[in-house]
Amino acid sequence: MKRSTRRRLTRGALYALFILAVAVVVALADWGAIRSNFFDVDVAIEAFPEILTVAAKNTVLYTAIAFVGGLLLGLILALMKLSPVLPYRWAATAYIELFRGLPALLVIFGFAFAVPIAFGWRPPGGSAGAGLIALIIVSSAYIAETIRAGIEAVPPGQVEAARSLGMHPSWTMISVVLPQAFRIITPPLTNELVILIKDTSLLFIAGMALGDRELTTFARDMVSSSANATPLVLAALLYLIITLPLTQLVAKLERHNKRGR
Amino acid sequence: MSEVTEPALRKGVPAIEVRNLHKSFGDNEVLKGIDFHVDQGEVVCVIGPSGSGKSTLLRCVNRLEEPTSGTIMVEGVDITDDETDLDKVRTRIGMVFQQFNLFPHLNVTRNLTLAQIRAKKRSKSEAGEVAARNLAKVGLKDKATAFPAQLSGGQQQRVAIARALSMDPDMMLFDEPTSALDPELVGDVLDVMKQLAKDGMTMMVVTHEMGFAREVGDRVVFMDGGVVVEQGKPEDVLGNPQHERTREFLSKVL
Repeated sequence: MKRSTRRRLTRGALYALFILAVAVVVALADWGAIRSNFFDVDVAIEAFPEILTVAAKNTVLYTAIAFVGGLLLGLILALMKLSPVLPYRWAATAYIELFRGLPALLVIFGFAFAVPIAFGWRPPGGSAGAGLIALIIVSSAYIAETIRAGIEAVPPGQVEAARSLGMHPSWTMISVVLPQAFRIITPPLTNELVILIKDTSLLFIAGMALGDRELTTFARDMVSSSANATPLVLAALLYLIITLPLTQLVAKLERHNKRGR
Repeated sequence: MSEVTEPALRKGVPAIEVRNLHKSFGDNEVLKGIDFHVDQGEVVCVIGPSGSGKSTLLRCVNRLEEPTSGTIMVEGVDITDDETDLDKVRTRIGMVFQQFNLFPHLNVTRNLTLAQIRAKKRSKSEAGEVAARNLAKVGLKDKATAFPAQLSGGQQQRVAIARALSMDPDMMLFDEPTSALDPELVGDVLDVMKQLAKDGMTMMVVTHEMGFAREVGDRVVFMDGGVVVEQGKPEDVLGNPQHERTREFLSKVL
């Protein structure tokens, strides 16, 4: 048998197997149950407009707050980790290792319940505020490592050039190193953002007020009240509408970066 | 301190004076007691095999490398003294690198104005005028808005020279400025350097371009193994070397 004929037969067998598998799934699935439990139009209509005006809005808002907060705190931690002063390096390393090693859920739980009980202090914004502080703290630990790697990836000749022109170390950092570092780390930072969008779902553990609920909490509450899983499907679709453009952006940036080198 | 801020062009004071300079990287002693000077208005070319310490010597002059011991005087000011404002001294010492080291995220004009604004506290418009003048001097007036990646190596190096000149330095250090260039691009960069020398700029040039050293250099310094082996007029050092090591080196490169 010729090699090309054999390859065509193998390919044909693989297609046949795939079509068979799809046919088995279609034949065995309980379409009625799937439609009534996951795609109930009446339940879906009931979810609107709050699922957009409250839940999706809050998911985006919480992500933005946690990301900006995480970036600022992460930048400070990265600079501490690169500091020539030893105690700063120790403190930053301890912080980063601690919060990268803990489940985000545990930290949120701690800030929502343990901190108020222990110190009698309630973070601003109630449960949502407490959860957000925890998210900022956790994300800053990851972002700090990303920023540090970016700063270290800027060629040393850049710092030498700036310093040889008489520029102060802090101006060198601000106008020469950081702009280049952030360009290098845009893809991993966008990944952090996508992870953060999904991690806002963990805020449900804090116990949110009605108007503070984000997508997952909202959908979960509605699943309980309607005894139907359609809100979960809606929430899933909305998450994808938010995250897919971002993951596409990362892929595009990575291609662009590769070409630039 | 106050000395540093004045234009310290006192007559008779060498632009650069290095005394008994030692520099080690770990156990590896790269400079073994260098005495070296560059007079005001003088063009000194430093030659020697790779690993001879010539680049390290040049980088010590603006303290990009920290000397292990010895003194380095720039226009009569000891720059190894902790009291000296290093940033201020550095604005008077232009430096050109082998790898250009332009800022890739800034266009040509902003490459030239950044340090003027941040270190010399010039206004944006003044810095822009100085930048335009120096770009014209290196023949790249039409590249003001280009980004470094859009330029050839030779053009990038000329922008780097214009960037250093925009600080109005009293002297220029060149660290193998043409070694990373394609052969056909070397000439343009050397022409700019020749014009600078003609205009009276004090220059210390670490180079492998023997033709340039012969034509432009007032003095040639041959280094090997971390010491100055021989120095003098280019025609003497290059044409009639006194030391065996100099002869051996020149026989390989000429």
